[in-house]
Amino acid sequence: MSSTATTGPVPADNLARRRRRDWLVERLIYVAALLAILVIALIFVFVGKEALPVLTSAEVQKETDLSKLFLPQQYGTPEVPLPYVWQPVSEVPKYSLMPLLLGTLKVTLVAMLLAAPLGILAAIFATEFAPNWLRESLKPLIELLAGIPSVVLGFFALIVLATWVQDFLDLDYRLNVITAGIALGLAVVPIIFTISEDALTAVPRSYRNASAALGASRWQTAWRVVLPAALPGVFAGIVLGFGRAVGETMIVLMASGNAAITSWNFTEPVRTLSASVAAELAEVVFGDTHYHVLFFIGTLLFVITFVLNWLGTAVVNRMRRRLTGAER
Amino acid sequence: MRVRKFALCLLALAVLAGLAHAQQRNITVKGSDTLVILGQRWAEVFMKKNPGISVQVTGGGTGTGIAALINGTTDVCEASRPMREREINDVKARRGKDVLELPVAVDGLAVYVHESNPVAELSLKQLRAIYTGAVKNWSQVGGKDERIILYSRENSSGTYVYFKEHVLENADYFPTAQTLPGTAAVINAVAKDTRGIGYGGIAYGKGIKHLRVKANDETPGVEPTLENVLAAKYPISRYLYWYFAGQPAGDLKKLAEWVVSKEGQSVVENVGYYPLNEKDRAASAAKLGGKAERASK
Repeated sequence: MSSTATTGPVPADNLARRRRRDWLVERLIYVAALLAILVIALIFVFVGKEALPVLTSAEVQKETDLSKLFLPQQYGTPEVPLPYVWQPVSEVPKYSLMPLLLGTLKVTLVAMLLAAPLGILAAIFATEFAPNWLRESLKPLIELLAGIPSVVLGFFALIVLATWVQDFLDLDYRLNVITAGIALGLAVVPIIFTISEDALTAVPRSYRNASAALGASRWQTAWRVVLPAALPGVFAGIVLGFGRAVGETMIVLMASGNAAITSWNFTEPVRTLSASVAAELAEVVFGDTHYHVLFFIGTLLFVITFVLNWLGTAVVNRMRRRLTGAER
Repeated sequence: MRVRKFALCLLALAVLAGLAHAQQRNITVKGSDTLVILGQRWAEVFMKKNPGISVQVTGGGTGTGIAALINGTTDVCEASRPMREREINDVKARRGKDVLELPVAVDGLAVYVHESNPVAELSLKQLRAIYTGAVKNWSQVGGKDERIILYSRENSSGTYVYFKEHVLENADYFPTAQTLPGTAAVINAVAKDTRGIGYGGIAYGKGIKHLRVKANDETPGVEPTLENVLAAKYPISRYLYWYFAGQPAGDLKKLAEWVVSKEGQSVVENVGYYPLNEKDRAASAAKLGGKAERASK
């Protein structure tokens, strides 16, 4: 606009051409956006289609159904009852998803307990306390962590971290929830850090000045003024990090021991939903019950992350409205 | 104009392909993933010696191979377990031919523990108790008072199924068994874990030792060595098979005969399995020469 002001009136045909180009680019962007949505929808449809026989096919239901997937069963011996068992290759295939769900939850919990405080505190340090030169190098460095391929993180956890954790905590199992959770946390930290840092930086300068004018220390300002103002963004970071942790496959596949145990013990090995799909799908008989159950797990993961993101956005919007006082 | 040219090209190509097909005789081999690498190595060497015959080897699992044999979509079915009665009858019903069973190699599984573990031998019964969770402490099988840490393979592995069928007698692995992707991973894990136990191909690694295995409480423990496996003394070993619908003839017979010949068997060791002993080899070769017979134990 400023250029038209300085170069004077634009010839009419030039203007028409420009409009046409504008229209074209607009359509192109529109199509690109539609395509992205379409691809996601198609992925969901195809994964869902393969999962559907778990609910509809009589053949599949002979071996498993929703109650067998989620409710306690009479497996094991009377002395050692095992209500939830994941043993798809067996005389009587057992497809309880509970050990996998619980496993995913346990690993994610450890990862978030590590990554959320670390990511948020690092972000507060970077925006509020670090001298300029440090901030400039800190941000790209932490973001570099996000660029580490998860297979490398998994390998590091398997070979190095597992030994450290086992020696330090004196555990029976080398590969366990804690080791996998720490490695997973390392993958999640950069996500939480980056988004929190952006949110904290976006808090207006005037907030800090006003707080300082009231006599608050830098720490008080950061903790009581800047962080609450940036809370929606920080929360979004946590939710996205959680989604990544639930879906992450390679790290847990390598570092968790992959034993489908149903317990709240954090020192035992663990098998997650995503790792089960990765480990088993390659060799499963096409169209088999096992095959459909694995796709069911895929759909479940999709739904979990989808609902998480949706919930996250909803909560963020509510918080933002309350914090900016738009609710009145 | 252009379309016609294109069509002509296509036609020429089709004719050429047809000619090539007529010259090249195709043999398809399908089945066990345990055998797929060995099968491919056999195919390579055989094709080099017999230009004009093409052998295609694919995996998919023993079950897939047997289904293909029943449907008539493969010439050879590779199997890491004997075919069941029902499957043999299916081939008879669908193809009208008797199944020919040909043992082509031997495979053995070793049980590993950490080199510092004082336990030197276990019976199949003890192994079963350990892997199904009935025995949880090394002191119950003559070791230190420590928890037993179980290492297993992913359930997509043939080794997993074989160990489950032959050692666990089809019972389920205890849930605490950690599943690892391959023999190397199991050896690596056991080498790092003084309380660990694992199983896999008879391979050697630093930091682990192979247990002697007892078939039952009376018999002595047997070391998993080449001699013991070949003499059928080691209890956790199995035949690997090729199955045919009817007596193989022509190129197929040529291939089968070569596989159980001394030369074909020399390929086996390079891939990490065991060749047939002389008696079994002669028996397999005789099966190809004689009338089609139902495989019997």
